[in-house]
Amino acid sequence: MPADITVVERIAERGARAGAIGDVVFRALTFLFALFVLLILGGVIVALIDGAWPAFRTFGLSFVVTEVWNPVTEKFGALAPIYGTLVTSAIAMLVGIPVAFGVAVFITEICPLWVKRPLATMIELLAAIPSIIYGIWGLFVFAPFVQQYIQPAIIDTLGQVPGIGALFAGPPLGIGVLTAGFILAIMVLPFISSIMRDVFETVPPMLKESAYGLGATRAEVVWQVVLPFTRVGVVGGIMLGLGRALGETMAVTFVIGNAHRISASILQPGTTISASLSNEFTEAVGDLYLSSLIALGFILFIITFIVLAIAKLMLLELQKRAGS
Amino acid sequence: MNIYTRRRIANSVVMTLSVAATAFGLLWLVLVLWTLLENGLAAITPALFSQMTPPPGSAGGLLNAIFGSVVMTLIATLVGTPTGILAGTFLAEYSRRSRFGEVVRFINDILLSAPSIIVGLFVYEVMVVRMGHFSAWAGAVALAIIVIPVVVRTTEDMLNLVPNALREAAAALGSPKWKVIVMVSYRAAIQGMVTGVMLAVARIAGETAPLLFTALNNQFWSTDLNAPMANLPVVIFQFAMSPYADWQVLAWGGALLITLTVLFLNIGARMLASWSTFKQ
Repeated sequence: MPADITVVERIAERGARAGAIGDVVFRALTFLFALFVLLILGGVIVALIDGAWPAFRTFGLSFVVTEVWNPVTEKFGALAPIYGTLVTSAIAMLVGIPVAFGVAVFITEICPLWVKRPLATMIELLAAIPSIIYGIWGLFVFAPFVQQYIQPAIIDTLGQVPGIGALFAGPPLGIGVLTAGFILAIMVLPFISSIMRDVFETVPPMLKESAYGLGATRAEVVWQVVLPFTRVGVVGGIMLGLGRALGETMAVTFVIGNAHRISASILQPGTTISASLSNEFTEAVGDLYLSSLIALGFILFIITFIVLAIAKLMLLELQKRAGS
Repeated sequence: MNIYTRRRIANSVVMTLSVAATAFGLLWLVLVLWTLLENGLAAITPALFSQMTPPPGSAGGLLNAIFGSVVMTLIATLVGTPTGILAGTFLAEYSRRSRFGEVVRFINDILLSAPSIIVGLFVYEVMVVRMGHFSAWAGAVALAIIVIPVVVRTTEDMLNLVPNALREAAAALGSPKWKVIVMVSYRAAIQGMVTGVMLAVARIAGETAPLLFTALNNQFWSTDLNAPMANLPVVIFQFAMSPYADWQVLAWGGALLITLTVLFLNIGARMLASWSTFKQ
């Protein structure tokens, strides 16, 4: 019967129209929220520039190269925190990269299958522990230990070497740049090692097996097959860890000593951008003081943005190559 | 020494170093957890959960801080989760190969690792300065901004794992795309998406830096979201840095609470993920 067909058609048409409208609405909704992610980043940049403007206008570019930080005379320069940020991160990388590499090699190449999962989880739990916990642990447990055992040993040995001795001079205080860098190393270790592990697993088994078939040892397979194949990804993982180390706040604040000066010795207190912010921001009086702190935050944002962008591009590069 | 022996020795040296590195990494996990238990257990008393943060020298607990942390984490999760899920849906379902999608994905990954203290500064500029005072709302917004990239990322990853055959089957039955996404993709990926939310909650449960400039702290019981609110991380920061022994004990107690919560959420999320329907 023709009438029935029209009814069915009409219902189908109505359904299709409702579906089409639903599609447009849902798509627009998800699009708006995706756009919102971009807006957050845009908002962060605008808000930081806006807040930092008075400081940049007053001090100009010399803000970045001045060491003075004097709230009383309202003279501010970012050099000491920038220096501290870079040095602590460098120490973290120096200690963290080899250890992370060792862990990744152990998990992908050596350990038996049944330990693999639990072990990887345990290392990643290191990354889950909040930064403030590392801070309180560093202040009450690690710093006293460093002061009593590690720093005296360093001062007596490395501190006496002519040339580099100045790096390790001064009284053992426990807190300081070296301690902060070391705690940062523990914190970035899981990030770097889990990325290294992931990229190591992208190596086609065929390649490794061929090398083993030719009689290569495990170490040779790692050095001559796995590493060359994953070089970009490994560097990407390291950069990601570096991005974390540069911006890490609470752990550093507890143990770095918060001194706005550049000491030759890495055993002495210093400060980083994020430590200055967390220590002084809520107590800062005066617009210029506050603005200078926000300017510090802006500099930190720029540095981490560049580092993270490079990391991301490198990891994407590896992904593309693995996909092709 | 012939070359064969030399290679074998080199190999054992490298392998030993690798084992040592792993042991070294695990050592810190054990050490940190051990000190936390040693110092924190003493502070876990009924008073910790029933009394307010005290002035130095008198007894007290962390009730107001625990309450504040729970409230702000809850609001942040309620705001951040839907936002993150919808944005992640756009990336996975509507823009797998589009230029715009690539840009959003890139920016999202950068937000994911960006220093949380920057988020604090941003919310300070946008909310605290405009409102003229610190508030729990500002704290919750700062935490929500940290939640969003985590949820976006996991939602997209999980939706990408859903086999296309499922979507095609639903589309072949004539259902519109939004229904395919809501009734098929979401259902297939739900475990993974819940995992993502749990990881996001774990991430903000211990965040301190963004709360310093937004929610600040409050010594008293307060349920006013428009006023500064106590929260565990900032209280731990303040109490641990103080010279008072009883404050430091409370700081250890709070630190133990946060760590147990975070570890519990992480392990729970991992277990949930390993039961997930689709594996890579």
